[in-house]
Amino acid sequence: MKLPLSWLREYAPVESSVEVAEIAQRLTALKLEVESVELVGHDISGVVIARVLSIEELTEFKKPIRYCRMATEDGHELGHEGNFGVVCGATNFAVGDKVALATPGAVLPGGFEIGARKTYGKLSEGMICAADELGIGDDHSGILVLPAAAPLGADFVAYASLRDEVLDIAVTPDRGDCVSVRGVARELAIAYAVPFTDPADAGLPAHAGLGGDLGWVSSDVRAATIADPTACDRIVLRSVRGFQTGAATPLWMQVRLNRCGVRTVSLAVDVTNYLMLELGQPLHAFDNAKVTGTIEVRRGHPGERLETLDHVTRTLDPEDIVIADDSGAISLAGTMGGLSTEISDSTTDVLIEAAHFSPVGTAKMSRRHRLHSEASYRFERGVDRELPLRASAKAVAMLASLGSGTIVPGCQHAYVEVPPTRVSMAEDYPDRVAGVIYGLDTVTWRLRQLGCATEHDRATRVLTATAPSWRSDLNDPADLAEEVIRLEGYENVPVRRPRAFAGRGLTTRQRLRRAVGRGLAGAGYVEVLAAPFVSAADADALQLPPEDPRRQALALANPLSDDEPLLRTTLLPGLFRVLNRNVGRGFADAALFELGLVYLTRPGGRAVPPRLRVDRAPDFEELAALEAALPDQPLHVGLVLAGDRELPGWWGPGRHECWADAIEAARQIGEICQVKVDVRAEAQAPWHPGRCAAVFVQASDGSQQTEWLAGYAGELHPRVIQAFGLPARTSALELDMSTVLAAAERSGPVQAPVLSSYPLATQDVALIVDRAVPAADVEAALRAGAAAAGDGTLLEDVRLFDVYTGEQVGPGRKSLAYTLRFRAPDRTLTAAEVAEVRDAAVAAASERVGAELRTG
Amino acid sequence: MSGPSSNYDPVEVTPLSPDEVTRMRDEAIAAINAAADLGQLKAARIAHAGDRAPLTLANSEIGALPPQARAEAGKRVGAARGAVRQALADRTTELEAERDQQVLLTETVDVTLPWDRRPAGARHPVTMAADRLSDVFVAMGYEVAEGPEVEAEWYNFDALNFPPDHPARESQDTLFVAGPKEAGDGSGDPGHSGVVLRTHTSPVQIRAMLSRPLPLYVVSPGRCFRADALDATHSPVFHQIECLAVDEGLTMADLRGVIQAFVDAMFGEGLRTRFRPDYFPFTEPSGDVSMECHVCRGASTRAGGEPCRVCRSQGWIEIAGCGMVNPRVLIACGIDPGRYTGFAFGLGIERTLMIGHGVTDIRDTTEGDVRFSRAFGTEI
Ligand SMILES: [Zn+2]
Repeated sequence: MKLPLSWLREYAPVESSVEVAEIAQRLTALKLEVESVELVGHDISGVVIARVLSIEELTEFKKPIRYCRMATEDGHELGHEGNFGVVCGATNFAVGDKVALATPGAVLPGGFEIGARKTYGKLSEGMICAADELGIGDDHSGILVLPAAAPLGADFVAYASLRDEVLDIAVTPDRGDCVSVRGVARELAIAYAVPFTDPADAGLPAHAGLGGDLGWVSSDVRAATIADPTACDRIVLRSVRGFQTGAATPLWMQVRLNRCGVRTVSLAVDVTNYLMLELGQPLHAFDNAKVTGTIEVRRGHPGERLETLDHVTRTLDPEDIVIADDSGAISLAGTMGGLSTEISDSTTDVLIEAAHFSPVGTAKMSRRHRLHSEASYRFERGVDRELPLRASAKAVAMLASLGSGTIVPGCQHAYVEVPPTRVSMAEDYPDRVAGVIYGLDTVTWRLRQLGCATEHDRATRVLTATAPSWRSDLNDPADLAEEVIRLEGYENVPVRRPRAFAGRGLTTRQRLRRAVGRGLAGAGYVEVLAAPFVSAADADALQLPPEDPRRQALALANPLSDDEPLLRTTLLPGLFRVLNRNVGRGFADAALFELGLVYLTRPGGRAVPPRLRVDRAPDFEELAALEAALPDQPLHVGLVLAGDRELPGWWGPGRHECWADAIEAARQIGEICQVKVDVRAEAQAPWHPGRCAAVFVQASDGSQQTEWLAGYAGELHPRVIQAFGLPARTSALELDMSTVLAAAERSGPVQAPVLSSYPLATQDVALIVDRAVPAADVEAALRAGAAAAGDGTLLEDVRLFDVYTGEQVGPGRKSLAYTLRFRAPDRTLTAAEVAEVRDAAVAAASERVGAELRTG
Repeated sequence: MSGPSSNYDPVEVTPLSPDEVTRMRDEAIAAINAAADLGQLKAARIAHAGDRAPLTLANSEIGALPPQARAEAGKRVGAARGAVRQALADRTTELEAERDQQVLLTETVDVTLPWDRRPAGARHPVTMAADRLSDVFVAMGYEVAEGPEVEAEWYNFDALNFPPDHPARESQDTLFVAGPKEAGDGSGDPGHSGVVLRTHTSPVQIRAMLSRPLPLYVVSPGRCFRADALDATHSPVFHQIECLAVDEGLTMADLRGVIQAFVDAMFGEGLRTRFRPDYFPFTEPSGDVSMECHVCRGASTRAGGEPCRVCRSQGWIEIAGCGMVNPRVLIACGIDPGRYTGFAFGLGIERTLMIGHGVTDIRDTTEGDVRFSRAFGTEI
């Protein structure tokens, strides 16, 4: 919100020697953050008030051009010395008018210099200024015509008080009172300990003008009633007769409105805006002649329609708050007026409405109609409910004096009593919040500065504050504590070094999650954080079958992009897009990973969570109902590889990534998490059906072993690669880390191995099996066979060192060469013992997977 | 060496004469020392220390001497052979060292050759910053609490004292999950789904207060979402970290202490912090915290000072919002505000990267360009 400092100083007379930067700092320290200070009017010079002596219409041009003789001093009349000529393109002035004249050598905003120059065949010795050329608005419809009383030859900047400092203040949403000169000036007066003049009390018309005191009700004013006190608890109507619509808004008001960033419209509208800025009370001006019958504040009727000032016809909601007359709704309360009763050029009777509408009601209404106005902005944040009588009185007084009208004596005033808010707290409560001893006197003094009435009970040491009508945000002891601490200065709250608290450090899951990230980075993968939004087309591009649960993605009601309205159920599409971006930027050899949540609809669909209360903790069932409305959100790890996994170089050729790299990553993740990983061939989208592994994790807590499917890894399906435009043979992995971590938690601590120092015995065996037999099965058979021989512990390790297919083993067959390592914990093994275990292992392989021992 | 003997027959045992033995020894040593490589040395060894070598033959003739002369001759020949063996050993060591030197020389490589076979991996700086920030609090005794990203409005707003019509709930700020089809009211008002993408990490505070015993000291890093347009300083997807303490007797002075300790740990000791009032529904009183610019330490604000990009020559950098937990929030979590007080403190993780690591465009944190993560390595 922009406010000129001169307006604030009018009600909070801070010494003129105080610099604006200092004022900005103090206000900021009081929670009125001054975001910027703009110096205005300081860049204008050489503009003086001049009188038009004569006008010569130059008709030989395409547009009207006038050549005027001007005077800046009395006695410089036509036929005398001292007057001079100016060419002007505007026509809204007449001989004798006073205008703002930029004389040769003048500077206008933006460093625009004015000189004497030849134009349209005449010497133009300056420029007659329009409002926009003087930095006061965007009006360029004609030049600025000044009142006849404007002093000839005077400096225009001084005359119009153009020199000012405009503060742009970020008012926090709790401080509705500070969306006005009145509220900010009150704070400024407190900050500098200067007397505050309340603009709501200043400049009120005399009783004579109103026909009585402020609240005097007269049937000469149109009647007003409140149908729904929850929508509005006060409405005041006043009116002005004989109003001259053509009357100009005075320059000082134009300047102030402009400094606040508000456009000049017409006198009636400008006056309501001016008072809204000054007091914070939105006002509405109706053309009284267009209003029929009596005014009522009520809720919208079903199907009722209203065309608002923005020429939009709106269908009203039964929750909407409207001002209605006998014809129906004529205004969206506190939001926007209706077109049918708009002030026009022919308006002579003005009806002023000042009301106090429900903050929630106006907030909902402006949201519902996507209509955010200066008025709704203020009502949403809370307007002083004691303002309508005063603000409306100031409004009719201004309209009458500036628009040559007459105040209709009295008002109509409908209201319901709303008791003021009283907040009680222990007298030392602010002290206990801040950790500072303020003492009762300081607390009381500070609250009174804000306008609170206070009572103190010595026996109970309870301080009760009655909040002023403009502070609807003071409802709790904490609110009062903040006020005291704020005024005493946040900076004066001491810094107390923390006392150590006994925490338990990271959980297993948290540690392992970090370890997986570090491990994958160490293995050459680069972590990325892709946005979790996907398109419906992604599921098809991934070749997901119709029943695949990954198709059950949650949709956003208001997605950032209509192309990606869904929440991801898999990390892969996001990784694919990041991969493509990197390839496009010249990084074709890319290995990427992401650790992030996916959002899975729970079986049975979703529920809408209950609206729980906040005045107590929810019970178990209520919390369960909230959880049931949320999707399952497991942590996944995803990874994609493209291009070379190892680069070519002086050492030789590179190695293109392949399905095995992705599966190896699964094993590495398992190792980091200390869980056993088992890999089995399985066809699963979006992977290549013949190059896809299902990854299982196993946990054994002593006696029993449990196994979970954690995810899949391998090379992607060629159609998926094509659909996403990925590099050929891109490989990928996706595991449910929640499952892996759950297995890790089940696994218990790692047990140290027993290290035998007896000699190692090795045996190599080559086994011929059907090509379809997985190597993992052969190894498992070897291990099982060895475990059944001797005491079952002699086989230390099995390692596959060669795979051979070709003529020597026959079609459809392959040879797998293993090194078996044997060792006993307590002795040197004999050749016979080794042979026995080896034979048992081979026999088991033969029995289980049909392996033949290859000889020679 | 013993002196000449008078008890032997000089005619029969010429080779054993002292002169002859000396000569043979000297010849042998000369040949050994003259060997230029291990091959020549081998030849010299065979010639002067082998089975047919003069000293070896002389040694075998000792037995032919009269008994009284054997000891004398044996001593003499033995000493000579010993000297030859020593010379052989010495020369062998010398020549082997020379040979090894030669071999190592020929094996010299260019050690500056690159070995970038496997492109480097990296963690994401946002992840690392989240870990590091968390660790600062963990070191103060806080535990890391987590929560879902798709969150019930009750946790994200209601329990945090956002009134039902708070502007932050509007769809221009909050991403709403669409309601189940069968529950739609036809109005198209997304607010009815009751489920949002969390707009801050504060709902984790509520979950922690509802599920953990008191006193409570937790820190919660995580991903958040707002319906913001993506530009250099705003991202609809971003990360926050918040700390929450609920205990008996906590005050704003304790809050300031934690903030100062945090700044000391993250940006180095000796930077002042500035504390100003602000408004958040879930804290009362609320504040925002700035720290003295760790780069220019305020020098950029003084006359003639170099401009500072990090603090935009303001001297102060806004780092966090904070406040005392609003008693209404405690009540919504079943905590007695008469007994317990709390404070909370939250900041943007991307923002700390901007402050501490010169990140100037927040889009770099979301695009996944490998150059960005790689620049930060695996620990920040
Ligand atoms: Zn700086």
